[in-house]
Order: sequence, then structure tokens, then C-alpha cells
Amino acid sequence: MPLYLDDDQTALQDTIRDFIADAAPVSHLRALRDADDPAGFSRDLWKRFADMGFTGILIDEAAGGLGLGHVEAGVVLEEIGRNLSPSPFLTTAVAAVEALRGSAQADRWFSRILAGETVAALAIDEAAKHRDRIELTATRSGNGFRLTGAKRFVTHGYVADLLIVAARTAGSEADRDGITLFAIPRDAANLTITPARLADSSIAAHLAFEGVDVDADAVIGEVDAGRAPLDRLLRAGRTGASAELLGVGGGAMDMTMGYLKQRKQFGQAIGSYQALQHRAAHLYSEMEVARAAVLKAQQLLDADSNRADEAVLVAKAMSGMATTLSVNESVQMHGGIGMTDEYDVGFYMKRARVLTELWGDPNFHADRLAIAAGY
Amino acid sequence: MTDLDRFRTDTRAWLTANCPAAMRQPLRSDDDVCWGGRRYAPSSPEQKQWLDAMAARGWTVPDWPIQYGGGGLSPAETKVLREEMAAIRARSPLNSFGISMLGPALLKYGTEEQKLDHLPKIARGEIRWCQGYSEPNAGSDLASLATSAEDGGDHYIVNGQKVWTSYADKADWIFCLVRTSKASKQGGISFVLFDMASDGVSTRPILLISGNSPFCETFFDNVKVPKANRVHDENKGWDVAKYLLGHEREMISGMGLGGSGKNPLIAGAIATIGLDHDGRLADPILRAQIALFEVRAQAFSAMSERFIDELKAGRAHPAQPSMMKYYGTELNKDRHELMMAAGGSDALEWESDASNTGAMPRAWLRTKANSIEGGTSEIQLNIIAKRILELPS
Repeated sequence: MPLYLDDDQTALQDTIRDFIADAAPVSHLRALRDADDPAGFSRDLWKRFADMGFTGILIDEAAGGLGLGHVEAGVVLEEIGRNLSPSPFLTTAVAAVEALRGSAQADRWFSRILAGETVAALAIDEAAKHRDRIELTATRSGNGFRLTGAKRFVTHGYVADLLIVAARTAGSEADRDGITLFAIPRDAANLTITPARLADSSIAAHLAFEGVDVDADAVIGEVDAGRAPLDRLLRAGRTGASAELLGVGGGAMDMTMGYLKQRKQFGQAIGSYQALQHRAAHLYSEMEVARAAVLKAQQLLDADSNRADEAVLVAKAMSGMATTLSVNESVQMHGGIGMTDEYDVGFYMKRARVLTELWGDPNFHADRLAIAAGY
Repeated sequence: MTDLDRFRTDTRAWLTANCPAAMRQPLRSDDDVCWGGRRYAPSSPEQKQWLDAMAARGWTVPDWPIQYGGGGLSPAETKVLREEMAAIRARSPLNSFGISMLGPALLKYGTEEQKLDHLPKIARGEIRWCQGYSEPNAGSDLASLATSAEDGGDHYIVNGQKVWTSYADKADWIFCLVRTSKASKQGGISFVLFDMASDGVSTRPILLISGNSPFCETFFDNVKVPKANRVHDENKGWDVAKYLLGHEREMISGMGLGGSGKNPLIAGAIATIGLDHDGRLADPILRAQIALFEVRAQAFSAMSERFIDELKAGRAHPAQPSMMKYYGTELNKDRHELMMAAGGSDALEWESDASNTGAMPRAWLRTKANSIEGGTSEIQLNIIAKRILELPS
């Protein structure tokens, strides 16, 4: 399979590009932020995503979805990134769908996700830096389980209908296995959800589980066997976040190239100065390399290849590094106006920081790559 | 089973049967690289056997047309062949500037007679080519070259000097930029081919900081070159030169890939520094540097695949080789800096047998030329800025 978008994928890109640029441009994010919107995204827009079938992009056709793959999900996410559109697409249509796939819970939630009625949030992280440790415990209690512990950096956690929670049901804190995934409603007793607005004006949540009782049917898949769906969720989520990062980095770069051509100093366009040309050309190179790494990961995931794990590590690390460079160079090359709230480029910088941190930053992924290579 | 699947199965079987075991080992040194040519002395019988087997199928140049010695493969088939060769770690059967540089230029600009004359000999490794581009006063500003070609009727009389001519002392023929007119800078250049055994051609190897001499000064003293050896029109050589440079940059960018098989940077670091009780490289800061480098190296490997796929499909931006060259060569310099850091004082030994006569430090020094030859990194950045990003001049 050649490493570029095929004709169908390109057609999808044209459709989604026009749709999102029209329905949710950067001004949409600005309006939600200025209104201090409590959800941080538009439910109406989410419904329109559903009407166009995008919420079911990874759901099998037999279950009513589009039955497409990670390349196509990435096409959508790149445009979300380019427009900084606040959307539960990544958490719900990508990560949650992958976690639920094949489980007894799938039927119930997929139909709601397809209808645009459900927003999912992933409760995985427990520390400020992403790591593999899961300490929140779920102990057997009556017919089900009792959950005790805390989660953080749960994007959309304050408004989600479905919380997917990674809990420890066996083994010790540092073990990779002994984990179980639970599907838990937001209004469960003894669950306290505290919203926290982030730098990019998205809203994440802190979750405190103080003896939350759930029935046995809240388990996604098998008890103690949650590592496999959690890994699937993380692979898909990281790959999707990488695609969104490409959109953020690419959007900032495009704005900046436009500015370099239009802004004049010393009587000429600043883009004619070699000092800036070389920085711009270097940035372009990093973004191109990141784009290749992300597409490679998407294709390998879709092919169910045993090389996908490593490719995902590379994609998330590389897209984080390249996009971080892009937003930093973009603000610098814009000069003073890039520091103003009125101008959009700062929004790109903030979103890039959040996405780079999400589910592991470049250092985390480089470390995993080293471990996989035996050093 | 699709035709492509069948091609993969057949190719795998043929490679398994025909690629000698010795040709599936990593290169030990530059001597293991097969360059072909009139003076070709195989480093092993298996090397010659592998070259002949591949050349007989046209697979030294798999995507060239069959009538010119190629394999006539489609882009998809070429990719399958490359993947199957990588899977068994097969060495390249033939390395040559004829394949990577002159061939593509002749396919585009050569006459039918020139193609039939030169391409099959390149494909079979019979003639080794060198490149006469840079001059003492024409480096980054290549088009200011002064080597002259006076009109001598049915031939040119070539006088002047080239520099940084890779392996000129080992090459059989040269593709050379000469000035046929002083009326215009770019528009006064012609692209000619001639035999290095011609009267008036002499070469002098240049000793480099690595202690090796891969480059030469090349002198032309009244060299007679038939006009039939000119590629494309008189004074239109710059078009050919630029087209060829795109392919040269593509080739040099491949250095960023670091080869297939065991990663020498990681293996070297583990051998010298060792692993701690958690199985991590015992120097945590170097480990982090290597890990972050490997992210970029693996991402660039995906970029190379994407670039080749887009190129074959006619979807690559014409200036994209500049990006590949820039990124690949800078990456290769970084790799060798890390290999030196990982090697410590072992990597400083210049002559000992244990160091394979200083293979590592000499290779490290050699990489410093990567971002100079074929157009400096700064020239590539200029090209990206102007032609891809369309920034104003």
C-alpha cells in the first residue's frame, strides 16, 4: 500500500475539510471560550457529526457505522486540529469505540454514539505525567465491584455520559496486567467530578472515586483482562492525537507562511529574509517527516500489523515534537501580534501543548521506543 | 491472490534461491560495496554471483524499461522487490552514480542512441561513472562554472578543472557540465559525456580529514569530446544538471536511513556502556539522546517510503528532494555524533586492527561532507523556502 492517501481518502478529506472549516472554524472555539461555555464544545455540532456518519467512522458497517479505519479517522482529526474545533470525536468516536469493540457493552453504546447522543471520556491518568501505573482499585463487592481512587486529565469528564475507567483488580500497582476496564455513568453515587479548564480552554476533569459501587455488567470485556482493550484504546487515541497535532502544527504553519508573505519591514516582505526563510524551511521539513510517521502508524494499525505498536510510539513523539516547533516558530515569526489574544496563533500554541501531553509526551514515547529496542 | 501477491511470492522464492548467504550480511566496510566498472575486482565470488544474477533479471535497476537493461517493473512491484530484499537483508547488488544520477537524466533527456549505448552498461555494472560538477570557484554557486568547451566542428575541445569529483580516479566515464557560451550564466552550460581514458584527462585524489580520498581534482587539457556525446541541446545543460541533482539529493538523503538490520548505534552503545539492572542503557542522558534521535530516524524512514511512493506516482513536489537531502544528511551527522559519544575512547582509535583501522571515526568525519556535497543544507533550505513555501525573494 503506498504511503499517501488514496482517492477515497482524499475525497473524504475534501468533504470534511469544507465541513469543519465552515461549521467550526477557530472563531467557533473563541466564541465558546468567550461565553465560558460549561461543556467546552457544541452538542449541536456533535449531532451534525453524527448525521454525517462521522461518529461511527470506526464502527463496523454491520453495526451501522462507516466501517472505516484509522487513516480516515485521522483525516477527520487533522481538520479538527487545523480549525482547533472543540469536539469529543477523539475520545468518543476513536478511543472509546476501540475500547468497547468486541465487548458485550459495544451494542448498547455504539448505537448511542452513532446517534450523537453519547459523549465518552477516558479515565486513565492518575498522575500529572502519563505513565502505565494504574492504582485506582476495583474490589469485588456484592454482585459487582467497588471503585476507590482518583483519576485526572479526563477530557470531557464533566459532561460525558460514558466514563471508561481503568482500574486495578489484581496484582500490584506497577504490574501491566491485572487491570479491568469499566463503563461507568457520570451520575454514579460517591463519584465526585470536578471540572478543570485547561490552557487551551478545553475542560478536563478530576474524578474522585470514594467507594463507587457498580454492577458486574459494567465491566468492559473480561475481569483482569483490561490491558488488551486499554492498549487498543491508547494506540488508537495516540494515533488520533498525532493526526490532530498535524492539523494544529500545519494550521499554525500555514498562518505563518501567509504572514511572512504579507508583513513588510524595512520596505520588504519579511519572508524575503533568509534568516526567516531557513527557519520556515526547517519547520516545513519537520512537519513533513511527522506527517509520514503518522500515516505509517495509521496504515499499520489498519493492517493489524505487529509493527503498529512501535510506529504509534514514533508517530506520537514525532508529531508532538514537530508541532511544538511549529507553534513556537509561528508565534516568534509573527512577532508581537502573535502574543495577543486577539490573534489566533496563540490558540494553536495552547492546543498543541495539551495534545502533546495527552496519553504520553515525546519523552514518554521515546523511552518506550528504547525499551522496545532493548536499551 | 492478486497479481501483486503472486509477484511477491515469486520474488521471495527467487531471492531465497539466488541471494547468496554472504550477501545477506551487513557491509563490513566500503570495500564490500559493489561499484562495478572496467576495473571491478569483486571482493568475493558471491558478490559477483549476486550482481550477475540480479543484472540478468534487470533488477539492478528494476523500474527501468527492459530494452535499457532494466526490469520493467511497476512502482508497486519495485516496492515489493525492495521490501522483500530488506526482509532478507540483501545487500544492494550494485551501487553506482550511473544508476542513481546519470540514468534518470538519460531516460528523460537522452537520445534513443544514447540510452541504448549507455544504460544497459550501467545496469550490468560494466561502466562506472563519475560526476563533473563542482569547480574551485563554483561550489554552491554551481552555475558560475568555467570549464570551457570550444566548438571544434563535430566535437568540443574541453579545458578546465573540476573538484570534489567522487571516485574520479576509479571511474570509467564522466558526466560533465561545461561552458559552451559566456552570454548567459545558466543558459551557457552544456551536459556532456566522455571517457576518462581520453587524452588530456588527469585526476589527483584529495586527502580529506578522514584520512581517505574519496574525492579528486580532475583536470581537462584539450580533451576531445564528440558532439554526439552531448545530452539535450547545446546551452540547455542546466536543465539536465538540475534534474540530475534532484536524483543525487534523493540518493544522499538515503544516508539518513542508516541501513537495514541491527542498529549499529544502539548495538554499539550497549556494547560499550552496558545495561543497568533494569535493562536500560547505563548512561541515562546518552540513552535519552539516542531515544529521541531514534524517533526522528524512524519517522524519516517513513518519510523516505512516502517520498518514493509519491515520486513514483508523480505526486511529489519537484523540490521535495531538497527536503529529503536536508533532513537525511543532518540526521546522518547526528547519528555519527551519537555513535562517537557511545563509543568513547574506542571510537577514537585511528589505526588499530580492533578499530578496523579507525572505521568509526573516519566514517564520522566523512558524514560532515553530507550536508555540503550535492548542494549544502543552506542551499536546500533556500530551495524549500522559494519553491515549496513560495516565500518572496
